[in-house]
This record gives sequence, C-alpha cells and structure tokens, in this order.
Amino acid sequence: MILESFKHAFDLVLTLDKDFFEILLLSMKVSCFSLLFSCLVGLPMGTYLAIKNFWGRDTILIIFNAMMGLPPVVVGLIVYLLISRSGPFGWLGILYTPTAMIIAQMILIIPIIVSLTAQIIEEINEEYKDLFKSLVISSHKALIACLYDARYSILTVILAGFGRAISEVGAVIIVGGNIDHLTRVMTTTIALETSKGNLSLALALGIILLLIALIINLILISLKTRAKRRMYV
Amino acid sequence: MFDKPKKSKSLTPIVISNLSILLGKTKILDKINCKINNKSIFAILGPNGAGKSMFLKSINGLIGVKPGKINFNSREINDHIRKEIALVFQKPTLLRRSVFENMQFVLEKKNQLSNLEIMKLLQRVGLGTFKDKPARLLSGGEQQRLSLARALLINPSLLLLDEPTANLDPYSLNLIEEIILDENKKGKTIILTTHDMGQAKRLANEILFFNKGKLLEQTKAINFFKKPKTKEAQSYINGKILL
Repeated sequence: MILESFKHAFDLVLTLDKDFFEILLLSMKVSCFSLLFSCLVGLPMGTYLAIKNFWGRDTILIIFNAMMGLPPVVVGLIVYLLISRSGPFGWLGILYTPTAMIIAQMILIIPIIVSLTAQIIEEINEEYKDLFKSLVISSHKALIACLYDARYSILTVILAGFGRAISEVGAVIIVGGNIDHLTRVMTTTIALETSKGNLSLALALGIILLLIALIINLILISLKTRAKRRMYV
Repeated sequence: MFDKPKKSKSLTPIVISNLSILLGKTKILDKINCKINNKSIFAILGPNGAGKSMFLKSINGLIGVKPGKINFNSREINDHIRKEIALVFQKPTLLRRSVFENMQFVLEKKNQLSNLEIMKLLQRVGLGTFKDKPARLLSGGEQQRLSLARALLINPSLLLLDEPTANLDPYSLNLIEEIILDENKKGKTIILTTHDMGQAKRLANEILFFNKGKLLEQTKAINFFKKPKTKEAQSYINGKILL
C-alpha cells in the first residue's frame, strides 16, 4: 500500500491534478498568511519581552510558554464559539472561511514565535548589553542590532511556526468546516479520506505534506550550517 | 570629518569622590577618592577581585555610582560625556558580523569617509586584510585588536582598557602598547588595568593600587615601583598573596 501511495502521490503532482493543487494552494495560503501575521505580532512582542524589564514580564513569558502546548481542538472550539453566529464576533460572518482558519492558526503560532524569540533575543542582549551601554547606543538601534544578529535563529523560529501551521488539523477543521473548494486543506483532506477508508489517497497527501516539511527543513539546515561556519549563530 | 562626537570641554580633571559600589552586601568599591588630572597613562594595579574592573566600569557609567560622585571637569556624567569615553573590555564583545561591520556599527552615519577611516584603523591594528572575515573567527589577540580599533574609531578623549593584553602573543602585546603610547601622545587620557608589572612600568605615568575594593595608593609609577607607600603594595610587587 505504501508503494501504491507513493505512486498516487507522484500521479497527483505530475498530472497537475486540479483539485489537489487547489487544496495545496489553500493550505499554503492559510499557513503563510497566519505565519506572516503571527510574525508581525510575535517578533516585536518577543523582542520587547526579552529586552524590557517590567513588572509582570515573567508571568507573561510563563503564559506564552504554556500556550506553546495549546491543544488545537480547544483553540478551534474557542474561536468557533467567538465567531459563530451567536458569539460576540458572529457579526463578522467569518465562520467556515479561510479567515477563521488563519485566526485559529495565529492563536497557535503566536505563542511559539513570542516565546522562542524572547529566549533568543534575551541571550543575545545579555551578551551585547554592556557594549551597547558603553557605546551609548540608542535602545532602537540596540533592538535592531539584536534582531539582525539573531536573524538565523529567528529563521528557525519562523519555520517552527510554519511547521505548526501546515501540519495543524484540529482547529482548522472546526472553524473551517472542511468545505470542498472553500476551506479544504491538506490535513483536513487527509482526515476526511482516512475516515472514508481511502487510505491510499490519504497517505499520498501525507507523503506530499512530509515532502514540503522536508524541503523547508533542508533549506533551514543549510542556512544554519552556513551561518554556524561563519560563527553568526 | 565624519560623525565623530564633537569635542566640548576637556574631560579632565576627573574627580572621583567617595565612590562606593555594593553588590548585595559585598562592598566591591569602598569610598574611593582620587583625581585624574592630566592627559597621562594611569595603570590600575591590584590582585584579582580588588575592584579594578568595577572602577573602570563606574567611570564609563556602566555601573551606577551610589553613594559617590564622578565629575568630569566639574560636570556630572551624562550621555554627551559618555560618548567621549571608550571602554575596551577584557573579553572583547564582538557582534556576529564581519570585522568591517563591527567597526561600522559604532558609527551613526556610514559614508565614504568613514569607510576610509575604518580601513586606516584596521591597518593600524594589523587587521587590514581581515575586513571581510567574521569577527568571531579571529584569534584572541586579533579580537582584542579589533576591539581597540573600534574604540578608537569614536575618537574618545578618555580611553579605558580592562586588561587589554591579557593572554596575548608578543606581537599583539607590542602593537597594543605602541597604540596606547601613540594615542596618549595625541592627547588622550588612558586608564588601564593590568597584572603585568613590566607593562605598567613601560606605559604608566601614574599607578593606582587597589586592594579589597580600596584605593590604597595613587602615586607616580617610578615611585611606586621604587618605594611603594603601603605594605600591601610592597607585597603585591614581591608576588606575595594579599590577605
């Protein structure tokens, strides 16, 4: 069956199957947008938490760390309750749309980005802070320098976020509804095909999902190895 | 010129009065009073843990001074004054960038002139051919020379050097000592900490001798090595442990 699945996977790609590419494209779109918005929120937030010392900072970091392990179905349920017709944001009318899926994924990714960014920047800031202080560097310039010098490590964080997004199923199936041609993504299709007993197609999609993860990780490893060789990490 | 800080009044005399630093309940520096009153080279001597590095850091403004006061030509420390002070750390802190980018970082504006100045300084410290090399791949001596070149790029009036030649090879040591003497000739006041008596003799005009957070002696270098005033200094020169 595994060999058959591999053949099926290749067929899907080589025959440019329209439905398959639609699902793949939507998967990438939802994951990329949720990652982009999560980075816009998470990177500055993580950096701020790493550099600034204020009352309650540690508590916030503990909460974000704990949220890294949030169960996706719980997030899906909460988002569902918030945006369903009777919920406080029901008027937005976004239930069972890709927008709802992006929001749910953001709730799952932001804690990862914030916690890991804070950890990385804290370490680099600890190393640089006396230098910055002695050179009378503005906090704005110091912040940019920390982010720039942590760029390779930050890339790992971003890709960890992407990994979480692309492989997520629990939350998107609840808020997206797995509607054909509208909110059906790779993971929800795999879940659906498995429940239908179409294991060969489910496995073929799984193989393609794994390949995407593999390619992304290869890029990441080669970038990090290059950076490490130059002692930039 | 490029964006070197504008020189205002001279920073000397630097008057340090009643300077104390507490770390928890431990007194790192204890009521230090001294005057750094000319453009000389001052060597701070003393055993490990005497408070030498802390003294440099407090002059640089890295550590808050409480209680006590440091006045630079009758002015209290502020960011403007701090921009005229450069501190070279014992363990160089280098950014995860190339040698050239490490130099560029201290400048507010980057232009052709500043690039030329950077190259001139890199050549002066023997790193001209390493400009594109990642700074962290340099050897210990090269890192220390880069750190010194970066400090000189801001053209400070006061140069603070925390054991600038510790564990360095003779080439780096000689080069750094030559630069120290040269910069002093150009009018910079230099305060350095060292454990190398020979270096203190070669470079310093005045010695500040610390022990257990206290400044025990401030005297001309020639007098210090001939006839120190305190028995602690005498023991230190003789290589005995100070208790």
